[in-house]
Amino acid sequence: MAEYKLRTPLSEDVVRELNVGDIVYLTGIVVTMRDTGHKRAVELLSRGEKLPVDMRGLALYHAGPVVRRVGDRWEVVVIGPTTSTRMEVYEYDVIEKMGVRMVIGKGGMGPRTAEACKKFGAVYTVYPGGAAALQAEQVKRVVDVHWLDLGVPDAMWVLEVENLGPLTVVIDSKGRNLYEEMYRRARKKIDEEIYPALGIR
Amino acid sequence: MSLDIEGKLLEATVKLIEAATVWLPEDVEKALRRAYDIEDNPTTRSFLKAMIDNVEIARSKRLPICQDTGIVMFYVRVGDRFPYTGLLPSILKKATVEATRRVPLRPNTIDVITGRNPGDNTGRYMPWIDWELVEGIDYAEVTVLLKGGGSEIVARARNLVPAEGLKGVMKYVIEAVYEAGPQPCPPIIVSVGIGANVSIAMKLAAKGLLRPVGVRHEDPEVAKLEETLLQAINGIGYGAHGMGGKVTALDVHVDYAPRHPATLSVAVVMNCWAARRATMRVYADGRIEYITHPHLNKEVV
Repeated sequence: MAEYKLRTPLSEDVVRELNVGDIVYLTGIVVTMRDTGHKRAVELLSRGEKLPVDMRGLALYHAGPVVRRVGDRWEVVVIGPTTSTRMEVYEYDVIEKMGVRMVIGKGGMGPRTAEACKKFGAVYTVYPGGAAALQAEQVKRVVDVHWLDLGVPDAMWVLEVENLGPLTVVIDSKGRNLYEEMYRRARKKIDEEIYPALGIR
Repeated sequence: MSLDIEGKLLEATVKLIEAATVWLPEDVEKALRRAYDIEDNPTTRSFLKAMIDNVEIARSKRLPICQDTGIVMFYVRVGDRFPYTGLLPSILKKATVEATRRVPLRPNTIDVITGRNPGDNTGRYMPWIDWELVEGIDYAEVTVLLKGGGSEIVARARNLVPAEGLKGVMKYVIEAVYEAGPQPCPPIIVSVGIGANVSIAMKLAAKGLLRPVGVRHEDPEVAKLEETLLQAINGIGYGAHGMGGKVTALDVHVDYAPRHPATLSVAVVMNCWAARRATMRVYADGRIEYITHPHLNKEVV
């Protein structure tokens, strides 16, 4: 278990060094997208159109912040991850076509994302969900916002962050998925210990 | 006079919503600290530490604990002799709009048909208000529950075959928690409703989230079922955010109604560790008393 301080743009080499369980603090640019953002991004890409932000080497953040308008600027009040499983259907394409090197979220992702991480060189990391006030201090400024027509939570927020973390690597580029392993252990425990003790078959 | 009470109730309700957003109830915070004390895994402990630090920062800076400030739900227990019942629906709605702007809350209500987000957490039936009429009292108790989306994704309900019995119910609950994994932000609060149909079961399960952590059902048999389920769920070993540990759930609450001869309905809802709720009492003379956040009583005019 190692700890890294990384800066965007992330290179493929740096990302391929990371192992599950490693802790990362990230400085640079992260871009938020939730379900509807992913859907729009994938639709645009499938038509060969460009996205508002070139995401090569950047981190994609599954998040919808609480924001406040101050004059003509936006300010992040608090921010934290949303449940990533909802984005599983889109993430392979997003990693492949957008060149994202790190996905930040919570709650885990599935085999397609893990496959993309391995094939194209990316990682999936999690931040403790719900700890949003703690993370607000790590966001330095709102660089830009796109797709506000989707609503504040679903818009694409381009954020400059400093030492965003701790981010724990849950899926690395070597084929390991911490949460898959967690589910397998839990299944065994339930079937071999918990159900027999309760007389459940 | 009525204008005065309206203004006072509106301010009190905005304050109630703010309290729920920024200040975790004492029972939940205590349970988190207990989890931190009993876990050994260093990663799990670091996650719990981040969560507890976050609770402290949110409280001192009056910031939302979580960016998902949820769907605003009110549970109102209103006395049949409470004089201001008719004012409550519009006040609760206005307070939601006002709190969204002032606290601020994230605008989370998206119209299902048009896809439009009005930006103020209102909409058809929103904020949600659940009414319970209580005979013989002249006050109203208003609880606001801010329920995030992540823990809602994993809620479920089903009709079991009655022959499956309570063991079937337990299995259904344990499987729900197993499949939920780290998605609902464990350590979670699990609430189970059992009854004659899924709507009754779900209503009971949802209401169970209002009961503080550590408070058992008044029926000792049900209390025993809660303890058994809590032990089984914590045996799964997910720990905080699935990092591995002894505390996957802070508590399990069960409530029940009779079943129909043909059905055994069960519903399971989960709350993330950031179980945000606040309760106030509004007396007939217009006096406000905050129940879950008594420090606010000093600030009330």
